[in-house]
Amino acid sequence: MTATEGRLSFPGYVICFSGIARREILRFLNQRERFLSALVRPLVWLFIFAAGFRSVLGVSIIPPYETYVLYEVYVVPGLAVMIQLFNGMQSSLSMVYDREVGSMRVLLTSPYPRWSLLLAKLAAGVIVSLAQVYVFLAIAYLWEVEIPPLGYLMALPAFILTGLMLGAIGLFLSSLVRQLENFASVMNFVIFPMFFASSALYPLWRIRESSEALYRICLLNPFTHAVELVRHALYGSFEPVALSVVASTTIIFFLLAVGAYDPARGMMLRRGGPSGEPA
Amino acid sequence: MDAIGQIAQREPSSHHLVDALNVESVSHWFGARQVLQDVSLRVPQGRLVALLGPNGAGKTTLFAIVTRLYHSRTGTVRVFGCNMREQPSQALSKIGIVFQTRTLDADLTIRQNLIYHASLHGIAKRNAQERSAALLERVGLSERIDDRIRNLSGGQARRAEIARALMHRPRLLLLDEPTVGLDVASRSDILADIRSLVREEGLSVLWATHILDEIESDDDLVVLNEGKVIASGPVRTIASQGDLATTFRRLTKDSRAKEDT
Repeated sequence: MTATEGRLSFPGYVICFSGIARREILRFLNQRERFLSALVRPLVWLFIFAAGFRSVLGVSIIPPYETYVLYEVYVVPGLAVMIQLFNGMQSSLSMVYDREVGSMRVLLTSPYPRWSLLLAKLAAGVIVSLAQVYVFLAIAYLWEVEIPPLGYLMALPAFILTGLMLGAIGLFLSSLVRQLENFASVMNFVIFPMFFASSALYPLWRIRESSEALYRICLLNPFTHAVELVRHALYGSFEPVALSVVASTTIIFFLLAVGAYDPARGMMLRRGGPSGEPA
Repeated sequence: MDAIGQIAQREPSSHHLVDALNVESVSHWFGARQVLQDVSLRVPQGRLVALLGPNGAGKTTLFAIVTRLYHSRTGTVRVFGCNMREQPSQALSKIGIVFQTRTLDADLTIRQNLIYHASLHGIAKRNAQERSAALLERVGLSERIDDRIRNLSGGQARRAEIARALMHRPRLLLLDEPTVGLDVASRSDILADIRSLVREEGLSVLWATHILDEIESDDDLVVLNEGKVIASGPVRTIASQGDLATTFRRLTKDSRAKEDT
């Protein structure tokens, strides 16, 4: 009798989930340069870009801040979510890589339902991103970007949700990409527009001053709402609109990804399977 | 289908047991190109069935359908009576798979790969540790258990893949050209291992290959060519009018002639 021959039990789901998460963490630990590059990117922004613009870009009192804040204080939530954006795309990159080297087949031939496998993969990516985010926040603290102590805890659910949203977007994108090389262009067309057309680097009122159209684009960008959800959570306030947008974007993209990875529909049917080998 | 094949297919080999694998009338298309045409085959319990076909015959596509990586628009796949479309979890839990392409994670060790696979089948880490130790002993890789896959030879990596496929105690083992790219000694070791599993543990095996030397006269054989089953039955029956190599060449003559032109 095989382990899962009877029926799929709840402990079995937990074992399956933790196995997928463990593999992602092991892969992450084996790629130390990935951890460093994930940290270097926001730190360059914080140490160089934000320091340079400190005197140019003053930030007036806007929620959730109760006073004027230095520019580096303003950008920290956006940079933390940027780590998750890159991590979400990196996870997708690993999906494309898994498809190419074939280990995706091992995952997809598990007896557990495909949605649960993809959800586990997504959650594993979030766990990896949380470690990076909190290391970044610790360094930012040493750089005198002090956040209320309780804020670190209150932001955890927000980081989990934004990580899931960005991972779900990446998961869906990975289903559209046939080869690893193509993913670089997806990164350029997704990561940079999402990051720059958002409230991560500048408050929306400043963007509105220069362009009403760009302001509206920023409002439609789910990354803006992810940043605002985290920003408010870090300072102990709650942003219901941001939460709604982030939660619904997560659900929509996750369902699209599940559809795309279904053997009877989407990418699996169009491309002839997870390795994209129509032979 | 070849006349010999038709006769062979009528020969029942196990009346009482449900087939380990039963594929009925499966067809598949990539766009407008039909790659499998009305394919039917069966793997009786405790038997090794060789799926023989030249490159591009559709063997890998058939494996992908049997393992639910692809969805077939027509036909049914049953694993020990479980319909792959209606009961995919039950069906997949009974299958162990060795894919044609390498699917082990090169950055992880053998142990980590095996435990990861076990978790995908709901097997707890402690049980997986014990099972992986026993299986690696069997395939002669005990001493390499903590080596990364990228440091193994081709034959060792293949044996690790076989150990991994057996982690969840499957009752049906599917091997898609598992000896491709291996030297003669590694090939015969792997084949001997699989045959001993069939003999000693009653495992059912579907072995896809294009190498005639890997097939023995006692095996059951399905010949796939251009997406069609052109002969099926015991090797002795199919090759009754000569040796297997001559029969295979005769059966695939038309497609080879097309390739030449």
